[in-house]
Amino acid sequence: MPMRERLFAALLCLSLSASATAFAAGLGSPNLGKPVSSADMAHWDIEILADGTGLPAGEGTAAQGALIFATKCSACHGDGGRGTPQALSGQPAPPIIIRDVQLKGIDASRTTIANYWPYAPPLFDYIRRAMPWNEPRSLSDHEVYALTAYILAEGKVIDTKLVLNARTLPKVEMPNRNGFLPRFPELMPH
Amino acid sequence: MKRRSNLPDKPDEVEQVAGNGLLHRRALLGRSAAIAGLVGTGLGAAATGAGAEQLVEQPWSLQMGEDTPAYQTPSKFAKNVVRTLANPKFEPRSSLSRTPHHLLEGTRTPNGLHFTINHTGIPQIDPAAHRFLIHGLVKRPLVFTVDALLKYPMISRPAFVECGGNSVPLFSPKPIQADVQALHGLSSCAERTGVPLSLLLDECGIDPRAKWFIAEGADGPHLMRSVPLAKALDDAMIALYQNGEPLMPGNGFPMRLLLPGYEGNMNVKFLRRIKLVPSPAMSFWESQVYTEPMPKGKSYNLTFLNEVKSFITRPSPGQDVKTPGYYEISGIAYSGKGKITKVLVSADGGKSWGEAALQAPVYSKAFTRFRMPWRWDGRPVTLQSRAWDDHGSFQPTRAEFVAARGQLDAVPPVVAFRNHHFNAITSWAVDARGKVSHAYA
Repeated sequence: MPMRERLFAALLCLSLSASATAFAAGLGSPNLGKPVSSADMAHWDIEILADGTGLPAGEGTAAQGALIFATKCSACHGDGGRGTPQALSGQPAPPIIIRDVQLKGIDASRTTIANYWPYAPPLFDYIRRAMPWNEPRSLSDHEVYALTAYILAEGKVIDTKLVLNARTLPKVEMPNRNGFLPRFPELMPH
Repeated sequence: MKRRSNLPDKPDEVEQVAGNGLLHRRALLGRSAAIAGLVGTGLGAAATGAGAEQLVEQPWSLQMGEDTPAYQTPSKFAKNVVRTLANPKFEPRSSLSRTPHHLLEGTRTPNGLHFTINHTGIPQIDPAAHRFLIHGLVKRPLVFTVDALLKYPMISRPAFVECGGNSVPLFSPKPIQADVQALHGLSSCAERTGVPLSLLLDECGIDPRAKWFIAEGADGPHLMRSVPLAKALDDAMIALYQNGEPLMPGNGFPMRLLLPGYEGNMNVKFLRRIKLVPSPAMSFWESQVYTEPMPKGKSYNLTFLNEVKSFITRPSPGQDVKTPGYYEISGIAYSGKGKITKVLVSADGGKSWGEAALQAPVYSKAFTRFRMPWRWDGRPVTLQSRAWDDHGSFQPTRAEFVAARGQLDAVPPVVAFRNHHFNAITSWAVDARGKVSHAYA
């Protein structure tokens, strides 16, 4: 086989066998990504880890959150987050946020934020990235802290007076913190 | 040259391998044309010419056809081959479309029929303005344009994508009467082409403190999932094409994360960001939605893997058998761990089993079509399939599954998700009239 064909065959082998790492290391990667500064990526850098890493400045209380919930959330989640008639009938609908139910059996419809989520910071993360449904990322960080406080206080997880911020939210103890086990422990990073 | 037909002139010529008329799979091998003649017809009628009709020129053979569309769509006579929509009025909740397995064949789901779940509608993304960022625990954070990624060395592979909520109507304590599309339609398989994620991570330089990555979409909910970094270095792909064409908007245009074998929601669509992190985010999806409450107290979370599964697509509810005679039982098997190695089929509710033929080649973490010749004698039967993979995993019976994972106390709406990750055997009951219904056996 002429040299060029052999080289081509070798390249083909490498890429087709998904030996991307070998391809990159041995033959030079395309390197078509552009470097980016922390400042330039700041607006996208929004995830909050379970331990609260990434929580921004700002704060809010349940009382503030109740007012925001009434104007921006209850249309879909029902008054006070207690579900629309459609949701309460068991049909697909925006989730019921506040519900006085106990976990029972395998029925996931009995899970709530208060009785189920293992960590509190992800609630801030989700409200900030995804809500309101028709206007995501329109809430200020203060409003997100306030809504987080409202939901946790209504669920009797925190005191109604607690001011939530980057320092207090990671300390919130969720009742079901130890209620989980990974289905495939061997897939979990060590 | 005389061509030997594998079709039996008499039913007894093909060995029965299991109860209620399951025949040895050799009756199928390499006889596709002949098999097509068998499907859904009584052999007796075909052989004797009963029901013969005079062959005539039809109108379409005597006139011009229609103009050629730039992008072709199915025949107007195949209008029923469509997805079912769970939120047709686009209410403020998730929109789901389900694949019509009972009307499809082979192992690739056409792009227009691939299942989709989108939580705030389908974003209409201009690829020229789309950016993909890799950052976090890397030496060099980098931003990629779509044009840049299209210049990278690519790989293609078939892979199924399955919602962690597929098949969950089978958690009901009584069999919900619904078709295979309603029960198992949140699973599809396509060939995807794209750039190995490991290649891009190499360019960024992985910080050894990274154990996980989060992947985030550019859709309204900015959907985010946490994934063990090992998956990125194994077989994760930034997919740009599906079945040879650019991704459909509902499937993530212009790019999505493909994590072969992992639950659909993790295969983040409209991918715009990957960040390497030391620990998981435990996002909404990981804290509540994709978890599995167990019968005794604890719940599984971070399940990720879709376990080995199979189901018969034909016959199936709505695809009745009508008259006694020969049929081909056809179905789909797949495993998130690897290749399907064996599918057994039963026509007597699991008392006896015969081995089905697997359509070659069998790909890892992809739909595998299985086929089984069957002679129905007109009596009630219960059809089942059970798959094995190359990791030694196999489908539990429903009784075994319920013993471990439980079942609901009451029948849920068919569209509800009351638990996740169901992979036990599905049973179809065929009554004496040939009508097929969902059963537990």
